[in-house]
Amino acid sequence: MSNLNTQAIERYRNNFLKEVEHCVEEGDWVKMCMQCGVCAGSCPLGSAWAHPPQEIFMMIRAGKREEVLSSTSMWMCTSCYNCIARCPRELPITHIMHGLAHYGKRLGLAPKNNPTLKFSQMFWDNLTKTGRANELTLGLSLYFMNGFAEGIKTALKMKDIGLGMWKTKRMNPMEILGGHGVKDKAGFTAMIKKAQELEAARLAKYKAP
Amino acid sequence: MAKEYSFYPGCSSQEGASSSNYLKSVQSMCDVLDIKLNTIPDWNCCSASIGYSGGGELPRLALSARNIALSEKHHGGQDIVATCAACWLATRETAERLHHDPEMMAETNTALKEAGLQLKNETKIRHMIEVLIEDIGYAEMGKHVKKPLEGIKIAGYVGCQTNRPFGIQGESFENPKYLDKFVETLGGESIPDYEKKVSCCGGALAFSEPEKSQALVKGIIESALDHGADMIVTPCPVCQMNVEVYQDQINAKYGTKFNIPVTYYSTLMAVAYGKNAKEAALDGQIIRAKKLEEIAGK
Repeated sequence: MSNLNTQAIERYRNNFLKEVEHCVEEGDWVKMCMQCGVCAGSCPLGSAWAHPPQEIFMMIRAGKREEVLSSTSMWMCTSCYNCIARCPRELPITHIMHGLAHYGKRLGLAPKNNPTLKFSQMFWDNLTKTGRANELTLGLSLYFMNGFAEGIKTALKMKDIGLGMWKTKRMNPMEILGGHGVKDKAGFTAMIKKAQELEAARLAKYKAP
Repeated sequence: MAKEYSFYPGCSSQEGASSSNYLKSVQSMCDVLDIKLNTIPDWNCCSASIGYSGGGELPRLALSARNIALSEKHHGGQDIVATCAACWLATRETAERLHHDPEMMAETNTALKEAGLQLKNETKIRHMIEVLIEDIGYAEMGKHVKKPLEGIKIAGYVGCQTNRPFGIQGESFENPKYLDKFVETLGGESIPDYEKKVSCCGGALAFSEPEKSQALVKGIIESALDHGADMIVTPCPVCQMNVEVYQDQINAKYGTKFNIPVTYYSTLMAVAYGKNAKEAALDGQIIRAKKLEEIAGK
């Protein structure tokens, strides 16, 4: 169990709702859910969620901390924003799902082998490297995320698509050398580092339930 | 006089990237409509809606805040315009959240200081679709048509992030009509009852959950074909790519025979405005838009 997780358990004891309100992006909206289930019925991958959003919200109130933060559910969000558009209580559900996914990952509770978690992390690492997303290196790291042999298989399966993208000049093999990026790399990196520090400091502030 | 905007092209529009053809056709379209796009100097990625595993709230807000701050510094007074749905959404979401949260705004500016920038957050964040509808207007868009898209039936696939959570003013979330109006303005045949016009293609999960995403794409294409569509048009780079490039894999899995072109609204406009195939970026189609090629070649 990660240090951050132990600290959070200590700090919030049995009040998981408070922890979510304090630590999760847009988490203070959770208590507004009235359990209508419109979000579940509106989700394009609804059937793939072990627990649809309204269940996640009730589980938070019921203190099912481990079950929520280690769930694969939030990682099924396609960011289509249908749940936000339709929620009668106007909860920013998409953002809360992203927030819960991130918080579970931060504490080391998220399902480590979930493909969307891996891809999401790769995307972040990729963009923060140069300041801009590099589709080629991102694609390649995706193919090889489950090891070399699996990667070759995926790359072969995807070769026609890659060829099509290359022929239409929508993929440039030279991007492997680094490619596009921001000029003020130093300022960009310092900004991200500062933002991460400020966020960690805010999360570390104890708020008594 | 040209209308000027501060332009946020985004990563996928860069040279040699997946929607470089979108940018090319947008430039041709703007050339005709006298729209001047001033690219935000040294813009960075917005982290789209998939960077959340590694990026917490503040680091992600800082990304878009840096772009807005750069725009305010170099293009003060100009609205920011994005052509990519995810870029528009992330940037506008940041602007709105920082308006409502003074604490987060202060922290964002502390982070921006490291890059020598300051956010005033006084800039309007808009999508190119909004510029076309609100600043140019359908009448003006129609005036420049030299080669109407006659005899082409086009399914307007709006997708998700151009439509939700913000959407286009005056349009509904469930049945937005603007793409259909675009098609009609350009002389094509629209499909207002296209059932899948706001359905999700899987977005970034096309990469991580390909089977689930391709099942969604299959539905989007089938519905268009059921209505007799010759092609699909969309305003979103992720929608365009997901619906176009996986058709072979879907055919292999489901035994379908999909081979329907998917273009941007700007592709249609460039062709209707008399631009040639290259200027309209028709060479960027993996599934060639032959009917548009014919018109462009006339």
